[in-house]
Amino acid sequence: MSEKILEIRNLHVTFETPSGPLEAVRGVDLDVSAGELLGVVGESGSGKSVTFLATMGLLPTRAKVTGSVLLAGEQLIGASPKQLRSVRGRLLSMIFQDPLSALNPVHRIGNQIAEMLQSHQALTNREAQTRAVELLDIVGIPQPTDRSQQFPHEFSGGMRQRVVIAIAIANNPKVLIADEPTTALDVTVQAQILEVIERVQERFGTAVVLITHDLGVIARVADRVNVMYAGRNVEQGTIDSLFDHPSHPYTRGLLASLPRPGMQRLKPITGFPPNMLNPPKGCAFHTRCEYAAEVCKLDLPELQTFGDLQTACVRAKELPRAEVLS
Amino acid sequence: MFRYILRRLAWSIPTLLLVTFLVYLALRIGTDPVQSYRRVNPRASRAKIQQYIDVNGLDPNFVKGYFTWLKNFLTGEWPPSIKGRREVWPALKDAMANTLRLGSAATVVGIVIGLFAGVLAALRPGGRRDVFINTSAFVGISVPPFISAILLQLLFAVYWQKWFGASLFPTSGVYPAGHTGFDLFLMLKFMALPTLVVAIQIIATYSRYMRSSLLDVLNSDYMRTARSKGISERRVLIKHGMRNALIPVVTIAALDVGSIVGGLIITENIFSYPGMGLYFLKSFGEGDFPLLMPWMVVIVASVLFFNLIADISYAWLDPRIRLE
Repeated sequence: MSEKILEIRNLHVTFETPSGPLEAVRGVDLDVSAGELLGVVGESGSGKSVTFLATMGLLPTRAKVTGSVLLAGEQLIGASPKQLRSVRGRLLSMIFQDPLSALNPVHRIGNQIAEMLQSHQALTNREAQTRAVELLDIVGIPQPTDRSQQFPHEFSGGMRQRVVIAIAIANNPKVLIADEPTTALDVTVQAQILEVIERVQERFGTAVVLITHDLGVIARVADRVNVMYAGRNVEQGTIDSLFDHPSHPYTRGLLASLPRPGMQRLKPITGFPPNMLNPPKGCAFHTRCEYAAEVCKLDLPELQTFGDLQTACVRAKELPRAEVLS
Repeated sequence: MFRYILRRLAWSIPTLLLVTFLVYLALRIGTDPVQSYRRVNPRASRAKIQQYIDVNGLDPNFVKGYFTWLKNFLTGEWPPSIKGRREVWPALKDAMANTLRLGSAATVVGIVIGLFAGVLAALRPGGRRDVFINTSAFVGISVPPFISAILLQLLFAVYWQKWFGASLFPTSGVYPAGHTGFDLFLMLKFMALPTLVVAIQIIATYSRYMRSSLLDVLNSDYMRTARSKGISERRVLIKHGMRNALIPVVTIAALDVGSIVGGLIITENIFSYPGMGLYFLKSFGEGDFPLLMPWMVVIVASVLFFNLIADISYAWLDPRIRLE
């Protein structure tokens, strides 16, 4: 196994809300190895975005973050704003969900990329502009020299997402976090954006964290997968082991709810995600789990190695082996 | 852009003609210029009255009269005022200069302080500073200028004199009676209170504009993108935040400046400040048609002009707007 570049340990994020504290992330452990493509999957509100916004130090100040995040050996939780700024954009950068609003409407594309370059490298304006044009070329924007002088509104959604990627990879970061980068785009454009991300990963050896709720996207590009539910990591493993024989009932439910050829009707997971202001005691999934027993309501289950996977389910060993999905 | 400005300027000519015609109609119908002349000059001869009617374009036929007035106005043959038979242009010029001085001083002071307060409020919404600025802004907006003017006059003139023996700021005019020539310090002293009255209104409204505009911007995704680049918070705020938040505010400011040229009527009246507002009140009260029409033209032209400035500044600040 290659070197671990990002290690998240026991991460907790709590928001103060008018109805009381809301713990959006409840003790997440997660590793990213250099150069790998890790998929993080979970439904809305599972804490997947918040986990990585906390890693970037981009949460609003009212969010309370505890735990440990080591990036190339450097502790980010509790780091000074100055230290965080030197990491952001240089070692760690992020692509956001909505490319239509992620770019500043009043600045030229080339300048927005140049700003990223110049914030971490001593470049003259001309050098930065030249490099910006190269980056636009790398992410597959035709006529990059002309395009760099244009404004965001002159770009389509997919093209804007390419620009956002160009900004994110400008300083050749160690880790690139892609927060639902294709959710806001057309299906045909989605595939192209995923290709750009994969190309960046291969060409520059960048580790990519791909946050999504789309298992189809994960299956296409990820090396490893991390499944999140109610602010916890419930299962992680390689893409093959997780898709072939998922252990956690939630993962099984997710996979069973995917449409497949020959399927008469979709099989959804019943019920709703828990209210995070008042999460259920014990395993947060027990309210919706068809295998739930009394033991599930006692303690928060920790990740345990189970075959090729790590699963946070106390009953994982007792459950019937999942049917192989193909 | 250049062609757009030319076209807008060209279009403003028919607009000016139409609006001045409407104003002419309103004055002819609303006041009776011939009657006003007779009231001031009860023993005027028939020939004198007819001459007054001719030079002012007061023909019974409104359209014919309007074009006579227009011809005389454009060729610079402005008839003298009814009362005192004074030349109109020097009076109008002085009034414009005084109002521009008061208006720009109040606008600069008001907008600078207002924007600054709005930014401070928006940076920590709901905080103690925000509550203080908001409350002050609401008080400032709610207190009409005729109240704040009188309160300030009481404080800085009447009570100040009682407490310290001399008043701090004078309460009327531009210079003391009998003063001739230019004296900057004296002028600023006389301008202080009326400027303050107008500035309070501007501070209050612009802090509100700026606060809400900046709050919108601060919550936008591109601010998060900017932060994710690892640039300093100050740079994020100024280059990405303020640059966007100022777009709507600058546009409103340009429109407001256009209306200030004729809009300080209350303040100028209270401080006997001889600007456009006082000029209008006096000439309107006397139905002085020769004084009123040029005033109207200036007001209409300034509103049109600053509308154009607002559109140009909008397009200049926001690349999404293209002037075609």
